[in-house]
Amino acid sequence: MTTSTIEVKGKFGPYGGQFVPETLMPALAELEQAYEAAKADPEFQAEFEHLLKTYVGRPSPLTFAGRLTEKLGGAKIYLKREDLNHTGAHKINNALGQALLAKRMGKQRIVAETGAGQHGVGTATACALLGLECIVYMGEVDIARQQPNVFRMQLAGTEVRPVSSGSRTLKDAINEAIRDWVTNVETTHYLLGSALGPHPYPTIVRDFQSIIGHEAHAQIQEAEGRLPDLLIACVGGGSNAIGLFHAFVDDKDVDMLGVEAGGSGIESGKHAARFAPPPTDAEAKVQPRLGVLHGTKSYVLQTPDGQIAETHSISAGLDYPSVGPEHAWLRDQERAGYTYATDDEALEAVKVLSELEGIIPALESAHAVAEVIKRAPKMSKDNVIVVNLSGRGDKDLDTIMRELGNKKNTN
Amino acid sequence: MTGIERIRQAFEQGHSAFMPYSVLGYPTRQASLDVVKSVVEAGADLLELGVPFSDPLADGPTIQAATQKSLENGTTLKDCLAMTRDLRVQGVETPALLMGYINPILAYGMEQFVADAAESGVDGFIVPDLPPEEAAEFESLCVAHGLALVYLLAPTSTPERIKLVAEKSKGFIYLVSLTGVTGARSEVSSGLKEFVSRVRATTDTPLAVGFGIGNGQQARTVAELADGVIVGSALVKRAAESPQAVRELAEELRHALN
Repeated sequence: MTTSTIEVKGKFGPYGGQFVPETLMPALAELEQAYEAAKADPEFQAEFEHLLKTYVGRPSPLTFAGRLTEKLGGAKIYLKREDLNHTGAHKINNALGQALLAKRMGKQRIVAETGAGQHGVGTATACALLGLECIVYMGEVDIARQQPNVFRMQLAGTEVRPVSSGSRTLKDAINEAIRDWVTNVETTHYLLGSALGPHPYPTIVRDFQSIIGHEAHAQIQEAEGRLPDLLIACVGGGSNAIGLFHAFVDDKDVDMLGVEAGGSGIESGKHAARFAPPPTDAEAKVQPRLGVLHGTKSYVLQTPDGQIAETHSISAGLDYPSVGPEHAWLRDQERAGYTYATDDEALEAVKVLSELEGIIPALESAHAVAEVIKRAPKMSKDNVIVVNLSGRGDKDLDTIMRELGNKKNTN
Repeated sequence: MTGIERIRQAFEQGHSAFMPYSVLGYPTRQASLDVVKSVVEAGADLLELGVPFSDPLADGPTIQAATQKSLENGTTLKDCLAMTRDLRVQGVETPALLMGYINPILAYGMEQFVADAAESGVDGFIVPDLPPEEAAEFESLCVAHGLALVYLLAPTSTPERIKLVAEKSKGFIYLVSLTGVTGARSEVSSGLKEFVSRVRATTDTPLAVGFGIGNGQQARTVAELADGVIVGSALVKRAAESPQAVRELAEELRHALN
């Protein structure tokens, strides 16, 4: 008997892969093929670049944060302004790319998940632009904390379906989006919003987001005449971080640092820091371990019995128990480092950046800014940091007002 | 006799094999054991024992809710092995497959898990988020213990994938009758006949069909096409009532296959 050769696809070292039900395996193969063809097609690339320029407003600027630099007294700080994109975050880059791809594949129906709502809004917008039907799954908890984005999606003609299972956040929204996709796979493209999920998604999303790093690479050389010493970006699934990092991976002198959500602190167990050291208590309910969630092998916050843990972060976009497989691999190779910022540190960073630069960051991006605040003062004035300001804070104003108001009252 | 051989034997009874699914630990630990015994008494040829997972993305609302309840009852993968052992001690001899997702198995430790499962009287596994491409290590452990790793095929499976799964699947092949998640449907998928014959043309391995089958009439329709019929959600709904309610439906399904 001849034996079929098995090709194991989409691995980043031991991470990644395709851990999905059989029904989806042919769809993933089809997607991979279509993506490879699109990638090699100058016409597709030209259309994507044209939309990024004329619709998203790219290139996004690289802003020197002069007052923040002065205040912190160390490294020079530059902000990569993804917050200035149409719809207010980096998510639109990937949403447009995949929506174009779906259209090319003849899929008229799009499903997506969203946490903070930025990917949902990006997808809803891209679908409106390209005339595609769009359904976005969103956890009930996230719907409550990201109301403005729910309305924005609905205005763009998208149906927002509340998800009431599990922790009612991003993880559960992905479960429902995958269930929808399994059911409607022949007509539907699943427009996954982060650099995770089964192959080829981590690669597709990274590639569509890598425009961030390519622009920053040129912009910082124009501004400083050299490459930066350090890149900093927040990491939920990890798409804005991998988008910034990718163009710099071969520049060995550029350090890269991802910032996860430390929530209420690692010891509290209420966080989303997948790369945090494991708790000393082997029976603790939240353990970072190698595992499989949503079709990919990576670090996953889970119970000792292998049930996926409920995570916590003030920012819905970082509130996710797993992390993109390429980040796990960059970390193993010591090419990128990972740390975390707590809810309180992120809130403080919102205040600092708003007061000193007149820029209100999204709570997700504020985690990266929080790390800048810790790190820049320890660096020399000749050093340069580029931080990815992945989104703007308009969607978070309710949360920010409430939390900062509470702090004022308790102080 | 190995687990694989015991499973294969269940398809050599001269009638379509009946494989009811139940969730271990649902609605309670004891009641789930009673449910299994009641389907055995109703004439189950194989048992599919569901292991609860927090994020069962191949499952519809009924099984999601039941597995969630089982988790709230504190059921772990270790408990599921203990329950299988209890069933064996209490005289249940029907071949049994554990159906569960890969992450709890990884957390348990794959090698230890397969060894403990063999020791507990498990005959095989169905792991819906572990396609052959990702299963090399698990597969070789199963082979070493004579346990069946049953792969799935779906209506979307290409000829290449049908060939691959036909080569790899041990005991039988699990055919997913429709594109979708688990859960009873009002009618058997119209494309099932064509799907089953596509697979049949490739392999002599027994074919068992699941997803969407909930009553005797549907079971009979499927039995005319395939070697086995798998029923899950409809029985799990009955399990919320009583083991007796499960037994009634299981008897109806069993008779439909004779």
